[in-house]
Amino acid sequence: MNGRRLWIAQRVTAMILALCVVVHLATIIYAVHGGLGAAQILGRTRGSIAIGGFYALFVVAAAIHGGIGLRTIAMEWLRLGRVSNWLAGLVALALVVLGLRAVVAVVAA
Amino acid sequence: MEVRVWRGGATGAFESFEVPRQPSQTVLDVVTHIQRHLDPTLSYRFACRVGMCGSCAMTVNGKPRWTCRTHVDKVAASGRLEIAPLANLPVVKDLVADMREFFDKWARARGQFTPTRTRSDGFAVVNPESSARREADAGVECIGCGVCYAACDVVKWNPDYLGPAALNRAWTLVNDERDGAKAARLDAVSGDAGCHSCHTMMSCTEHCPKHLSPTRSISGLKRMTWRLGKGGE
Repeated sequence: MNGRRLWIAQRVTAMILALCVVVHLATIIYAVHGGLGAAQILGRTRGSIAIGGFYALFVVAAAIHGGIGLRTIAMEWLRLGRVSNWLAGLVALALVVLGLRAVVAVVAA
Repeated sequence: MEVRVWRGGATGAFESFEVPRQPSQTVLDVVTHIQRHLDPTLSYRFACRVGMCGSCAMTVNGKPRWTCRTHVDKVAASGRLEIAPLANLPVVKDLVADMREFFDKWARARGQFTPTRTRSDGFAVVNPESSARREADAGVECIGCGVCYAACDVVKWNPDYLGPAALNRAWTLVNDERDGAKAARLDAVSGDAGCHSCHTMMSCTEHCPKHLSPTRSISGLKRMTWRLGKGGE
């Protein structure tokens, strides 16, 4: 991946994240104001393809966006050179795995 | 007034001088006074004294400035003046920074005009109101003083980064309809050493003595590489 493609990927995922964060926060506030508990929320999320798809997209976008940002920090502040690519890639991969596990836990029946 | 001046190369120390205050005195006047009356071995660089040549930039009380147009009144409110060579560049001696890397990066950013016409063609007619020409005009008054380069944190963190001045130069050329190297130039200014590494902290724009906005030029390059799909492909 060259710097230009990474820059574009980070900008595109930023746009996705802006939308996802707003929807996520609005949903939390709506659910809490409605007085829903954990069991009731899980009852609504389980089996929902829409919720699963939305949060899977959220997780992947956050992993790509954060990974590219950490790569820059590793390069500019820690001066890790090419190691930054591997480090950022590993962090992004870990975020995808952990995030998707959480999505599965909330959505799988 | 006490003036502390950097002496030596990469390693060195500040040396104090007592310089008389004058009305409308510039920082360059102060440095010149020291060299002519107090210590003739002081090295510094200047040429035009009127803000055109871009050779007298130094670090004044911690900030990069063009010293010929910087009045002591404006920067030494506390009566203290500390003058050092420009940051982010190797020091040759005293207040003289080595500008080679700075200008080599202009060449690396393809800052050379690449003509599309020959001497037997007529003059190009460029509409001064066209949006491309306005963009070029906005950045074309750069005097190459290196103040933006010294002010840039990305240059400090990433020594390969081309820097605000070279990227601003590239932006004026990709907006020059007479130029024929647009694609190659966008390639040259893309990636980790180029416009995509700019964090838009605007230190260059804040410090530019000509009140240009290299930040705007760099943002323009980012947009253009995206829109045209050019750069490092």
